[in-house]
Amino acid sequence: MKVVVAVKRVADPNVKVRALADGSGVDLANVKMTMNPFDEIAVEEAVRLKEAGHATEIVVVSVGPEKSAETLRTALAMGADRGLLVRSDAVVEPLAVAKILKAVAETEKPDLIIVGKQAIDDDANQTGQMLAALLGWGQGTFASKIAIGGAAIEVTREVDGGLQTVNLPLPALVTADLRLNEPRYASLPNIMKAKKKPIDEKTPADYGVAVEPRLTVVRVHEPATRKAGIKVGSVAELVDKLRTEAGVL
Amino acid sequence: MTILVLAEHQDTQLDEATAKAVSAAGRMGGDVHVLVAGSGCGAAAEAAARLEGVAKVLLADDPSLANRLAEPVAALVVSLAGGYDALLAPSTTSGKNIMPRVAALLDVMQISDVIAVEGPDLFQRPIYAGNVIQTVRSTDARKVLTVRVSSFPAAAVTAATRPIEAAAISADPARSSFVRSELSGSERPELTGARIVVSGGRALASAENFETVLAPLADRLGAAIGASRAAVDAGYVSNDLQVGQTGKIIAPDLYIACGISGAIQHLAGMKDSKVIVAINKDPEAPIFQVADYGLVADLFEAVPEFHATVAEKMRA
Ligand SMILES: Cc1cc2nc3c(=O)[nH]c(=O)nc-3n(C[C@H](O)[C@H](O)[C@H](O)COP(=O)(O)OP(=O)(O)OC[C@H]3O[C@@H](n4cnc5c(N)ncnc54)[C@H](O)[C@@H]3O)c2cc1C
Ligand SMILES: Nc1ncnc2c1ncn2[C@@H]1O[C@H](COP(=O)(O)O)[C@@H](O)[C@H]1O
Repeated sequence: MKVVVAVKRVADPNVKVRALADGSGVDLANVKMTMNPFDEIAVEEAVRLKEAGHATEIVVVSVGPEKSAETLRTALAMGADRGLLVRSDAVVEPLAVAKILKAVAETEKPDLIIVGKQAIDDDANQTGQMLAALLGWGQGTFASKIAIGGAAIEVTREVDGGLQTVNLPLPALVTADLRLNEPRYASLPNIMKAKKKPIDEKTPADYGVAVEPRLTVVRVHEPATRKAGIKVGSVAELVDKLRTEAGVL
Repeated sequence: MTILVLAEHQDTQLDEATAKAVSAAGRMGGDVHVLVAGSGCGAAAEAAARLEGVAKVLLADDPSLANRLAEPVAALVVSLAGGYDALLAPSTTSGKNIMPRVAALLDVMQISDVIAVEGPDLFQRPIYAGNVIQTVRSTDARKVLTVRVSSFPAAAVTAATRPIEAAAISADPARSSFVRSELSGSERPELTGARIVVSGGRALASAENFETVLAPLADRLGAAIGASRAAVDAGYVSNDLQVGQTGKIIAPDLYIACGISGAIQHLAGMKDSKVIVAINKDPEAPIFQVADYGLVADLFEAVPEFHATVAEKMRA
């Protein structure tokens, strides 16, 4: 079974990203960048499928600027076999990413594609579902567990009321949620080995995909920050304030 | 302009998320229709027909739509899309599962998790865990969006009822099948609709403590229980109680965070609450930066005392 995993380079989740003063965008100068946390989980799952003898090859794909190659390198160090960088210095929206990944899937012919549930920069939560739609595949989104069984995959999904399990014939698409697994840290020998693994480079144009955005960003601003409140000295004072001052009890 | 809202419901019952999505749709201007897709979902359609601002309800009642799997529901919405300028769903896990599939099939870039409608093609949405708000204009001829329910009031329920029409069922693409669901049904109010939420973090240290320490206070206040990711990951409570960037986004009147540090991702889910209380033994915990009332204390002492005090005051 061949597995394709999509990985995005994003701002580190521990960084509090700020809007630029002129409202034109966000300030990413000198911000530490990393692999989208959900994509680390997606890569980890693919590597575990390989270790369990289900997957034979793992191809990792990233759409973005040259530096996205570093993100691919991280995935290779975790255990992926080869990388594909689809280079674009302009912003590529989820719909266009999905179209590029569709074209990649048509050449690579994977049995399974795993992507993250959402990218923590745009918080769009849509690329995987769009890709499944474009390919005409079934989708198992927000996965907390997957089990391979012959020519199908069983996916347990985290939904509003609890958990839902669906069965998808392969090829299929899965989006990884936080509790699917705990991603490993790449070991030093594996980081060294990853340097020799191949990363191919293409452009969106090679796949005939136009990346002109459909959404125009008119303005970017920071929400009003909450006023710092007060510290109360005791539970009695807290309850009293909630009743008389805040009027919520 | 005509807008189709995909209803969130449990067949026999309409969820409040639908009423909120209807009011968001109303802000775009134009006629609002509601699509109720499911199996044995007539009752939900009747409830939708009573929502203020709705012109008509489309009922798609078919076994292939049971459990609202993404593939058949998206195919249905796409088959109806020709008659609409915009397609909208609440950003519940179901809406998030289905709508991007619809958008891709229509070659539209979805606008996810809209928190404000500024015009028929102008919307606000949070990015970077809500640290930044983006205002975007959609250039697509047809709009596809999901709306954050905590940002919109619920459309009122009226005595009058609007027409319900049967929708033609499209062929099921049959790309997935339902196996089972494990719903964590609880007697407590639902997290997203609750007026008060008592939330616990890693500090609770066990599932048992959630029940013995946190639950009595929640029940006394008629509150829902919430949790941080750390508490869910550790298995203290089920996944559907997670509040945050990747869990539920809520805005209750009162949010009581017990033993939660206040990571960016957690704040993303609760910082629009009207009043925030934090109980944490570390005076430097970031949660205090957003709390209206902070109490530096050991929760294992403070929470039972909170419960006892409230019990006493409510009796008085
Ligand atoms: C991609 C991504 C998505 C995420 N999404 C979410 C999300 O949706 N929701 C979410 O919550 N998190 C999310 N997280 C995780 C988040 O970053 C934090 O790790 C998590 O919120 C921490 O949970 P916590 O506050 O319970 O635990 P901790 O950070 O460990 O905090 C425990 C707190 O309890 C206090 N404490 C300990 N003992 C006591 C006591 N006896 N009495 C009182 N106080 C005590 C401590 O002082 C501390 O402040 C996400 C992270 C990533 C990377
Ligand atoms: N530029 C990109 N390159 C590679 N994968 C991406 C890219 N954008 C999105 N993805 C994948 O799609 C998932 C969901 O992203 P989004 O829909 O933007 O929230 C991510 O977790 C990635 O797996």
